[in-house]
Amino acid sequence: METRGDFEVQLEGMREYYRGGNTRGASWRKSQLRGLGRLLEEREAEMNAALEFDLGKHPVESYRDEIGSLIKSVNYALGCLKGWMSAEKAKLPLAAVLTTAEIIPEPLGLVLIISSWNFPFGLSLEPLIGALAAGNVVVLKPSEVAPRCSSLLANVLPAYLDPKAVKVVEGGPTISEQLVQQKWDKILFTGSARVGRMVMAAAANHLTPVTLELGGKCPAVLDSLSNSWVREVAVQRILGSKFSACAGQACIAIDYVLVETKFSSTLLELMKAWISKMLGENPRESRSMARIVNKNHFFRLKTLLEDPNVKASIVYGGSMDENSLFIEPTILLDPPLESGLMQDEIFGPLLPIITLKKIEDSINFINSRPKPLAIYVFTHNDSLRKRMVAETSSGSVTFNDAMVQYVADTLPFGGIGESGMGNYHGKFSFDTFSHHKAVVRRSFLVDFWFRFPPWNDHKLQLFRSMYLFDYLGVLLTVLGLKKSKQD
Amino acid sequence: MAGEDKKQQPFDSKAASSLVAELRGAFASGTTRSYQWRESQLRGLLRMTDEHEQDIVAALRSDLGKPELESVLYEAAMLRNSCKFALKELQRWMMPEKVKTSLTTFPSSAEIVSEPLGVVLIISAWNYPYLLSLDPVVGAIAAGNAVVLKPSEIAPATSALLAKLLGEYMDSSSIRVVEGAVPETTALLEQKWDKIFYTGNGRVGRIVMAAAAKHLTPVVLELGGKSPVVVDSGINLQIACRRIIVGKWGNNNGQACIASDYIITTKDLAPKLVDVLKNELETFYGKNPLESKDLSRIVNSDHFTRLTKLLDEDKVSKKVVYGGERDPTKLQIAPTILLDVPRDSLIMNEEIFGPLLPILTVDKLEESFDIINSGAKPLAAYIFTNDKKLKEHFVNNVSAGGLVVNDTTVHLAVHALPFGGVGESGIGAYHGKFSFDAFSHKKAVVYRSFMGDAAIRYPPYTNGKLRLMKALLGGSILGILRALFGRS
Repeated sequence: METRGDFEVQLEGMREYYRGGNTRGASWRKSQLRGLGRLLEEREAEMNAALEFDLGKHPVESYRDEIGSLIKSVNYALGCLKGWMSAEKAKLPLAAVLTTAEIIPEPLGLVLIISSWNFPFGLSLEPLIGALAAGNVVVLKPSEVAPRCSSLLANVLPAYLDPKAVKVVEGGPTISEQLVQQKWDKILFTGSARVGRMVMAAAANHLTPVTLELGGKCPAVLDSLSNSWVREVAVQRILGSKFSACAGQACIAIDYVLVETKFSSTLLELMKAWISKMLGENPRESRSMARIVNKNHFFRLKTLLEDPNVKASIVYGGSMDENSLFIEPTILLDPPLESGLMQDEIFGPLLPIITLKKIEDSINFINSRPKPLAIYVFTHNDSLRKRMVAETSSGSVTFNDAMVQYVADTLPFGGIGESGMGNYHGKFSFDTFSHHKAVVRRSFLVDFWFRFPPWNDHKLQLFRSMYLFDYLGVLLTVLGLKKSKQD
Repeated sequence: MAGEDKKQQPFDSKAASSLVAELRGAFASGTTRSYQWRESQLRGLLRMTDEHEQDIVAALRSDLGKPELESVLYEAAMLRNSCKFALKELQRWMMPEKVKTSLTTFPSSAEIVSEPLGVVLIISAWNYPYLLSLDPVVGAIAAGNAVVLKPSEIAPATSALLAKLLGEYMDSSSIRVVEGAVPETTALLEQKWDKIFYTGNGRVGRIVMAAAAKHLTPVVLELGGKSPVVVDSGINLQIACRRIIVGKWGNNNGQACIASDYIITTKDLAPKLVDVLKNELETFYGKNPLESKDLSRIVNSDHFTRLTKLLDEDKVSKKVVYGGERDPTKLQIAPTILLDVPRDSLIMNEEIFGPLLPILTVDKLEESFDIINSGAKPLAAYIFTNDKKLKEHFVNNVSAGGLVVNDTTVHLAVHALPFGGVGESGIGAYHGKFSFDAFSHKKAVVYRSFMGDAAIRYPPYTNGKLRLMKALLGGSILGILRALFGRS
């Protein structure tokens, strides 16, 4: 175990390395990204094994949600890096003769990435891609709640990346607390809102900017759909997003479904049919569903179901096995809204269906709760679509599907209000770890003599015209043909 | 009007809480979201500035002794330009930005929608009290938010003027001013805002961010620092000095976040530099600058005492090569230059924010970069040089909010440039579209078709699905075809 002193020495070493300019060049950054690419290719089997050990994930799920997505992101960053690094020219008014202005992105310096346990590789390496592409040195703190994944990262990253620039620090809440007390140039945190507040409070001591990727209760609004084929696609997408992504333990998983009362029984029948088709008779054995990460969360979820009114609303599933930390896919119909299940982020394979008189009521329902990370709406109705976008607020809105926004490189991924601040993915990752520095270059040749004191009305008039970009006015005043306002 | 009664009662937590609740109601009603509302409020700010320019000049003279030209140019005209630019661009800013989607989400279309954050708090500073209050308000309104503005109590005439004028010209259901000092600001900071925009110093900036953390409120902090000016030889020294002078003493007598704080130059150049500075200073402000009408005064006795303490410190008092005169009755300190001050002096360890300009000398100018980078990142950094290599080295290696080559402070006026700090000098940026963005949430919206890949993403998981998925995520058409036809 390192002492606090050792650790601070290490950080200072990293800052030195950064100050030496070692991480600024495009070739260094590309080598890091390529290193990550090779890691993902060469260590896929070990990563799958770690995810299976920590979370019971199937390799296809691991590829879909983490490894494959990371490969895509690495390639995207490699392809875009030159463009991202280049200065952006800024438009200047004509009056600014012989002047140029541009915005130059530069790294922030020493950054901290604190990751979560549910997508332990994705949520560690996706931000790392951005931090390295932007030329920073990085400390990564993976979650101890996924210990195999955490130690795999600690072991392999030094072999693929520049060990002077990227360090993995393993440990629990005490280590995290010590880490956030240090002075960072940026912190990107993925986790709960409760811890997010503590991270930001610690960051405030050093005026460290933060990106907080938090959570919330992501609703799925299911409107009446035109035909049975479309309904089945919708149901598959809903079930897939709830049960097949870390068994619902995902910040962008569908937390609950809103549907009109008259469609609830159809929905239920469709869900029951498709759950067994998709997850099979024994989802635990087939690993078509991940398990609950640990006893803590298992008991948290168990407790949610122990509320007698909640228990009474279970219409499918409900069985739990403490030994294997496995919870069956469970559907509930109209559990009480004041229950823990409907107040807290579920983060598990329990799917409440809440019925409404009119689907439009979902707007008020959603707005009376904290802003979620994502809202999903399944509808053909154009006016409902427009209202959803205009009248609700969330990190993102996806129509007719769920979770796909995560793999879109051109969309900012982040929350609002209780679901977070800042964003990343694609160029947004690069930007979130950069300072956009304004640079103006002037010539010695041209200056407006009236720029300098002593002041008088004549000079003031010139300035008035100048600021209005009224060049004729400037000319006339200089020639003495135009009087100042005061005359 | 209720306005008069409200002045009598203290503005405490309860008052702050009900103010926020009121504005949340206004925001929820949708009033601030329409283009018409935003446009009308921006025009209101414009009219207000036009119709009351003389009142603004008078308030600034009362608060700061600011010369009319500075008030007209750096506060009124800049604010006007901000409004006009926002009015010109508003429709474009409000439009969703379509983005390309790729094979991984095919078929789909996507866009980024800008939406207002909600109810925002803007805390302003005392040195450009009109501009620094209203420039962020321009951004907040353009982005469709409801706004509470807390002007600085250290510029009381401007604060009162803002409260009066905004009450008359703006929609008070959604835009309000709260005057006051620490107790009122504390009450405001206890509330839950959707954004807090603060202009001021690092000490209070930390307090603001800590308060914001309780509610997960994002912040923009426009702070300060010691903005250095590096002066090389082989340049037109007269022009350089004029630009340095107007950027320092011509900007509220050095009380400006981006004023040149100190100079670094070579031991060889320093004597000549000092001579030219002296000449130009005399041209600008006369032989008796304490009498000059073209210099703001020091804002109050606290700052006057602070600055004289910096001047009178033992290790520094003998380094004065020009100026040093002060008049406590007028709260005025003459433009003062100090040469070769020790690096561990008080004046080199805090943001000066006044009419004192220390000059540090080095053997080789390249040493200046290490000096600058060894301190906190400033809001701005400047260099005067014709040496191309030195220019590029400076631009690429000095980290600051913004940099200017061969001038000072002018980047403030460029709408297309983000204005903000980094590290100790701040978080976030504004001006132009950056103001609109600072007060907006960029919401990702994806429109998917029901057609597409329904089955392969989900269990039951098979090798075939895995191959197809690898091909899709890899984006190669050939790979996809292969996977579809069962080969890999």
